[in-house]
Amino acid sequence: MTGKPFDISDKDFDGEVLGSSEPVLVDFWAPWCGPCKMVAPVLEELAGDYEGRLKVVKVNVDENAGTASRYSIMSIPTMMLFKNGDAVETIVGFRKKEDLSGIIDKNL
Amino acid sequence: MSSGKGQEKVYDMIILGGGPAGLTAAIYGGRANLEILIVEHMMSGGEIASTDKLDNYPGFPEGITGSEFGQLLEQHALRFGAEMISASIDVIDTGGEIKKVSTSKGDYYGRTIVIATGTAPGLLGVPGEETLRGKGISFCATCDGFFFRDKKIAVIGGGDSAVKEAIYLTRFASEIVLIHRRNKLRAVPALQNQILQNPKVSFLWDTVVTEFRGDQALTTLATKNLKDSTVGELYVDGAFLYVGRIPNTGFLKGLEVDGQGYIITSEEMETSIPGVFAAGDVRRKYLRQVITAASDGAIAAMMAVRYLE
Repeated sequence: MTGKPFDISDKDFDGEVLGSSEPVLVDFWAPWCGPCKMVAPVLEELAGDYEGRLKVVKVNVDENAGTASRYSIMSIPTMMLFKNGDAVETIVGFRKKEDLSGIIDKNL
Repeated sequence: MSSGKGQEKVYDMIILGGGPAGLTAAIYGGRANLEILIVEHMMSGGEIASTDKLDNYPGFPEGITGSEFGQLLEQHALRFGAEMISASIDVIDTGGEIKKVSTSKGDYYGRTIVIATGTAPGLLGVPGEETLRGKGISFCATCDGFFFRDKKIAVIGGGDSAVKEAIYLTRFASEIVLIHRRNKLRAVPALQNQILQNPKVSFLWDTVVTEFRGDQALTTLATKNLKDSTVGELYVDGAFLYVGRIPNTGFLKGLEVDGQGYIITSEEMETSIPGVFAAGDVRRKYLRQVITAASDGAIAAMMAVRYLE
C-alpha cells in the first residue's frame, strides 16, 4: 500500500488502524522525545521492507491525546502492532530493527 | 591509510558509542586524518541526549537542550569525515593486530578501538519493576513527564540525575515525592537548593522501594524505612528511577574491569589491551560528566594516533 510511514490523528485512527485490512504498526511519539527521533529511521526502513504487507503510521501524542490515553500510553516511544483491529503487541522503548522485524514476522 | 584484509575494509579507528566521549574521539581522530567508524545503537549524544538541559558545559551560558547538544556533536564529528552506523555491538575480538567488532549490522575491522559505550540506568531489582516499565515506571523524564500532567509521582534516587529530573518534572506533576535511601541528597548544592525550595516536592528519607504494584498501570509503591524498618505504601501514578548506572560492557572479553564492570585505564585511556582505549562514563573514574567524557575522548584519539604511527 505505502512504503513510507505516515502521520495519523485521533480522527482517522479508527479508519486507518482498526479498520485496516493489513496489519498496522503504530508509533506513538512526540517531537520533544529524544529516543523517539531514533525510532524514526528504523520505521522508515521497516515501512519499505514490509511494503504491501504492513502499514506503518505515527501518532504524535502531543496533538492526539485522545488516542494516547485510549491506549494508556505512559511512555514514549511506544509501538503497537494491530491486526484486524486488535492490539496484538505493545513495545515500549527504542528497539533495534532486527528485534522489531522479529516481532512483526511473528504476527504477519 | 586503509588497506584491505581480504575484501574487508580496515578502519584506523572504530569507536563504540556515539556520546560525548566517542564523538569527541571522532573529531580529534578525524582531524588527524584517521578513517573512522562510529557504532551507536541508539542516538547521538548518548545519555545526555535525553536530558532536558545541559547546564554545566562551558561555552553555553544559557544551557542547551540535551538532544540539540547531541545533534551538534554528531554534525561536528561527521564534518571531519567519520562514518556512523546504527547498530548494537555483540562482541569484540581484540586478539590480533586487526581487531574485529561484531555488530547487529555485520562485522567491522579496525586497527584501534575506542570503547565509549557509557552506562545504562540501574535497576532496583524488586518485584513489579520489569512488568510496570512503561506503565508508570520510567527512566526518561523528558520522554514521559508529559504523561503525568497534574498527577502525583515519585522520583527515586538522591544524586544529580534524580534531583535534576525531579525539578524538570515539577512542570508537569502536581506533586512529587523524592524517595532516597539516605537522609540527605548527594546532588550538587545548586540543585539541592532548587529542589528543597520547590513547594511541589516532598521527601521520604532513609527509604527504599521494595515493590511496584498495579495491574494495568503502576498505582502503589511499597516502601521500607531503613532506620526503623517501618513499612509503608505510597499511592502514585508514576515513578521515575535514577538509582545509579551500570557500565555497558557486556560485549567485552578479557579486558581489565573493576568490581562494578567499569573499564580500568591508564591516565592516557589505555586499557589492558594494546590498541584498545576506553573513554567516558564506561571507564573507572571519579567524575562522570559530559566535559570529562569529551576530555577522555580527545586523549583516547590522540593515543590511538600515536599507537598507529
